[in-house]
Amino acid sequence: MMLFMLLFSRQGKLRLQKWYMAYPDKVKKKITRELVTTILARKPKMCSFLEWKDCKIVYKRYASLYFCCAIEQNDNELLTLEIIHRYVELLDKYFGSVCELDIIFNFEKAYFILDELLIGGEIQETSKKNVLKAIASQDLLQEDETPQSFFDDHGLG
Amino acid sequence: MAPVRGDGMRGLAVFISDIRNCKSKEAEVKRINKELANIRSKFKGDKTLDGYQKKKYVCKLLFIFLLGHDIDFGHMEAVNLLSSNKYSEKQIGYLFISVLVNTNSDLIRLIIQSIKNDLQSRNPVHVNLALQCIANIGSRDMAESFSNEIPKLLVSGDTMDVVKQSAALCLLRLFRSSPDIIPGGEWTSRIIHLLNDQHMGVVTAATSLIDALVKRNPDEYKGCVNLAVSRLSRIVTASYTDLQDYTYYFVPAPWLSVKLLRLLQNYNPVTEEAGVRARLNETLETILNKAQEPPKSKKVQHSNAKNAVLFEAINLIIHSDSEPNLLVRACNQLGQFLSNRETNLRYLALESMCHLATSEFSHEEVKKHQEVVILSMKMEKDVSVRQMAVDLLYAMCDRGNAEEIVQEMLNYLETADYSIREEMVLKVAILAEKYATDYTWYVDVILNLIRIAGDYVSEEVWYRVIQIVINREEVQGYAAKTVFEALQAPACHENMVKVGGYILGEFGNLIAGDSRSAPLVQFKLLHSKYHLCSPMTRALLLSTYIKFINLFPEIRTNIQDVFRQHSNLRSADAELQQRASEYLQLSIVASTDVLATVLEEMPSFPERESSILAVLKKKKPGRVPENEIRESKSPAPTSGAVIQNNVHVNNSHSKLNNSNANTDLLGLSTPPANNVGSNSNSTLIDVLGDIYGSNNNSSAVYNTKKFLFKNNGVLFENEMLQIGVKSEFRQNLGRLGLFYGNKTQVPLTNFNPVLQWSAEETLKLNVQMKAVEPTLEAGAQIQQLLTAECIEDYADAPTIEISFRYNGTQQKFSIKLPLSVNKFFEPTEMNAESFFARWKNLSGEQQRSQKVFKAAQPLDLPGARNKLMGFGMQLLDSVDPNPDNMVCAGIIHTQSQQVGCLMRLEPNKQAQMFRLTVRASKETVTREICDLLADQF
Repeated sequence: MMLFMLLFSRQGKLRLQKWYMAYPDKVKKKITRELVTTILARKPKMCSFLEWKDCKIVYKRYASLYFCCAIEQNDNELLTLEIIHRYVELLDKYFGSVCELDIIFNFEKAYFILDELLIGGEIQETSKKNVLKAIASQDLLQEDETPQSFFDDHGLG
Repeated sequence: MAPVRGDGMRGLAVFISDIRNCKSKEAEVKRINKELANIRSKFKGDKTLDGYQKKKYVCKLLFIFLLGHDIDFGHMEAVNLLSSNKYSEKQIGYLFISVLVNTNSDLIRLIIQSIKNDLQSRNPVHVNLALQCIANIGSRDMAESFSNEIPKLLVSGDTMDVVKQSAALCLLRLFRSSPDIIPGGEWTSRIIHLLNDQHMGVVTAATSLIDALVKRNPDEYKGCVNLAVSRLSRIVTASYTDLQDYTYYFVPAPWLSVKLLRLLQNYNPVTEEAGVRARLNETLETILNKAQEPPKSKKVQHSNAKNAVLFEAINLIIHSDSEPNLLVRACNQLGQFLSNRETNLRYLALESMCHLATSEFSHEEVKKHQEVVILSMKMEKDVSVRQMAVDLLYAMCDRGNAEEIVQEMLNYLETADYSIREEMVLKVAILAEKYATDYTWYVDVILNLIRIAGDYVSEEVWYRVIQIVINREEVQGYAAKTVFEALQAPACHENMVKVGGYILGEFGNLIAGDSRSAPLVQFKLLHSKYHLCSPMTRALLLSTYIKFINLFPEIRTNIQDVFRQHSNLRSADAELQQRASEYLQLSIVASTDVLATVLEEMPSFPERESSILAVLKKKKPGRVPENEIRESKSPAPTSGAVIQNNVHVNNSHSKLNNSNANTDLLGLSTPPANNVGSNSNSTLIDVLGDIYGSNNNSSAVYNTKKFLFKNNGVLFENEMLQIGVKSEFRQNLGRLGLFYGNKTQVPLTNFNPVLQWSAEETLKLNVQMKAVEPTLEAGAQIQQLLTAECIEDYADAPTIEISFRYNGTQQKFSIKLPLSVNKFFEPTEMNAESFFARWKNLSGEQQRSQKVFKAAQPLDLPGARNKLMGFGMQLLDSVDPNPDNMVCAGIIHTQSQQVGCLMRLEPNKQAQMFRLTVRASKETVTREICDLLADQF
């Protein structure tokens, strides 16, 4: 089971955090601080896995963003790398060549997509097509609303 | 797909831009405070906000929170959004609730109501949103409110696949916080059968759920094994086009494969059915074969996914530890990875090999890679990989390669990273002790350790070398000579002074004949270090000096001078002052005889297991690489999945427990609350401990009648400790492994199992028990090996008395070992004719024994047959004319003789009684077997 996922920039700015275990806010901040420092200090060719406390950390850098997951001792490290990759692919497909800014300005979307991929720290849907379909049907519901709010906004409703 | 931003909130985007443009932290805080004030006033204002505005403000609050600021309002507005009929507003509401979970009771009721409404929706998008929210919060409230709906959604035929997937994982999330949410009974098989679902996504999600359920209740979910094996086999043999979008970079369904392989690791053996086992082995072979095929893509995703499955398959092979052929193949495969150019693969290969090294089937195979592993330790760029290489060297070390490995580790230690030095020192010390055949080598290694990495040599390590030197006469002279030489180095580590001081104080006389290390030279050498040392070391040196006065009377005045100097204000430390004064007086007042008695050579330390091992375990809880070849699997101490037999029956409760056998099994990992009560009076275990330490529960005996009929299982369990046993017998010899598992969060100290078996009894059954470490770390398991040799037949069975301290209170209880005389039975096959011939021969008064007893309710013949098969004798079919009667034959092997034994068990269904007759060539055996079996059916 994945315990949490963090996205942060090369400058150490946290861009997204998803916690699958209930930690107090203070602990979350401490963990984040520690991991960001540890990982940013590592060199490019180093191993993507770390022993950390009683769990394992799996991380990978995509352009300016680091994706970092904590998993349990028995979980599969290589496949966790691929969960990260699948998430990146989904973001990329959805935003069209995703960049850090997309995630900053549309953080809620990044969360919605992640929720379709993982629930409670376990992979829910591995098929890219199916996840995108689910997101598309969410967006479809929003499209339906748009005309109405358009009218609202212009005092025509 | 074009980015869809129809719901774009301009105000939010502007705010985010503002924050990004802030030049300083202060500016950011100012901007945020301004925004918070604005939102607060909007929420409090008279003007009612429309949904869009609420959504926008809630979203801003969320953004501010994610920047790391505290948010203490807005929850109500977010909850309002949940019931919006616009999806985008609802979705933001849910996101806010999920991220800023607030268990405020008023709100939680409203939230639950909204979720209930959305779960009823006909639109799967709404249902999933609600399920995701439940999973994100995952509290007990949620579990209680939805314990009906979610299991129904999961197995109902009407539910859409996407919803089923979410429901499975949502249920898993709730199960983790509230295990009672899972309905039992018919649900079990319906949940298991999700493994057969058409939709791969559903199977993937369900497998995660089933894995968790199996961990809690392996027996109930055992049916999943066959389904999992056949599903896995189909995936592995599928071509990558078969599974369409569930193929990931040419690898068919890697996630599902890995999950299924993990699921199977909950069972050991994975399956009893030969057919299923064959299919599984075939599948594992296919996975290994595929690893040799050329890659279908150069992308790292392809190799990662493929190897993820491969590593998991290897994990299963290691876990089963029963297929030598597969273990060797796995080892070869990992060996190839050791020189792969991907750091990740090298790291994982080293890690996996650590496990392979502990299997008797693959230990030798692993050793073939020793050179590459040593190179990894030296050359890898990443310290975590080097560390893993050290772990593997430790695990693969045995008597044959110990010298070489220890030497390589010592060499590397000179340049090793600071972060791993301490652990390496411990490992080297453990290996050197464990595999020393020549103790001069051991002494050299430890002194080298101190020289190379003195700062990292903990007290335990240098205590240990002293213990060993004191206990081994043959190495004492060598040790004295070596420390003397080491101390001559211009700069030597304080730990070296400590070891040197102690050893010379004890054995300095052994080298005093050589003028280069004459008494005065030794003394001056030690004293030249005195001023550089800490008070603790100085105190030790003062003791050495007084010992010198005893060993070398000729340098008495030199030493007395030193004592005099330090017995006054020159020693700021009170302890040193006192020592110096007292030693001085002792050397003046006491006669030579008294001095010789007081300062006599230290007596040998009691032989015990190395305390260094415990230190290593403490350093790395949960991941101590083993350096012990497993010969067989041990029952796990924790609420593990492999334990299938856990019903402890006490005599007085046996009937009750028999009828409740099912519930007991269900309560495997969490004993029902009332068990605590019944435990304390039925087993006489003083759970609370006796603070006065008196032993008023010495009569406590844990009943082990169950173990008459089996050799392995959980022998004993209470809140603190679980004891598993695994045993095997051949002829008149037996081997028992006891596995003590600490179930508490704190270490159990002074842990000491003592065998209770009188000298007289030992003449009949000789039991030898290896010592165990005195500390059992929290959550850890230790193994104790016992050997038993049956010399002649005996009655009853040995007991061990276990005592330890738990949270400051002394605990003590006794447990009978499963070592009754029937364990030395060899089953004997014979036909009716010879059975009755022998039966008639054994008709003497002393050769017969008979008992009639009431059957357990209800009379259970198949159960009785099963028990007899476990008893050790051969159950002979179609011998007795009455098919209900059971007859058995066997030979008890003792060193002095073999005792033939026959048995007949006759049920009387009307009376619900049994008649048991035992005939054997020896009277004592006849009686004992009869006693053992009476009342057991």
